[in-house]
Amino acid sequence: MYFILTALAAIVTTILWYRISEDKYQLSTLCFIYWGATLMWLVDHVIAFLDEGGAFFEMTLDATLLGIIVVLCGFFVWGMITFVKVTKGTLKN
Amino acid sequence: MACFVVPMTEAIIVSVVKHIAKKKEEKALSEASTLGKGEDVSFMEENHTTQTGLSWTQKLGWLNALLWGGVFLLAVEHIWHGEVILWPPFLTAMRNPNDIPIMLHEMASVGTSMAIFVTLVWVGMVFIAEQKMKRSFCKGFNRN
Repeated sequence: MYFILTALAAIVTTILWYRISEDKYQLSTLCFIYWGATLMWLVDHVIAFLDEGGAFFEMTLDATLLGIIVVLCGFFVWGMITFVKVTKGTLKN
Repeated sequence: MACFVVPMTEAIIVSVVKHIAKKKEEKALSEASTLGKGEDVSFMEENHTTQTGLSWTQKLGWLNALLWGGVFLLAVEHIWHGEVILWPPFLTAMRNPNDIPIMLHEMASVGTSMAIFVTLVWVGMVFIAEQKMKRSFCKGFNRN
């Protein structure tokens, strides 16, 4: 479930970044954070599925909670990066 | 168990390479500025940017963000599953000698695959971005 939630977050962030053509608020950084994790978990899930079989997606409450926490952590890191760039005055636009 | 260690190692290497590339680009720009404002400095920039204007610092920045972003969120997942702890030996598999070969095997198989896959996606991304920018550059050139 955390893989699905992170992938969804990556897609939504990419759509938002695409709509706001200028890279205001460093949305590209948030896209990279979510896409990086999504790609890595995709490889992890595919290898685990090929090696061990079973369900491809883990649909448990624990996995859902982890997904929410992971998405929030990514958002928090992006917020920190943007905050530092704003205070340093190096943010674009 | 510790698959994210491999992409993390790649991220550290990319960060160092990006830092070196940035220094080189800054040096080239400062050299170009000392040549004078009226002179043509495009040959200085050719070494560091492609025809599309994408610099190596920018391209490596994308790979860096993908790798560090992924590594950070994977580290959170590993902490959640109790595979990583915030005090030595940091990896719980290191406590039990029987788990060490399993951990190393996972790093070699899953970790390496992750690093290669992310790098391949980045190569594709750079290729598409360059093609897109080249096309828009040509369109603008034809209009003029």
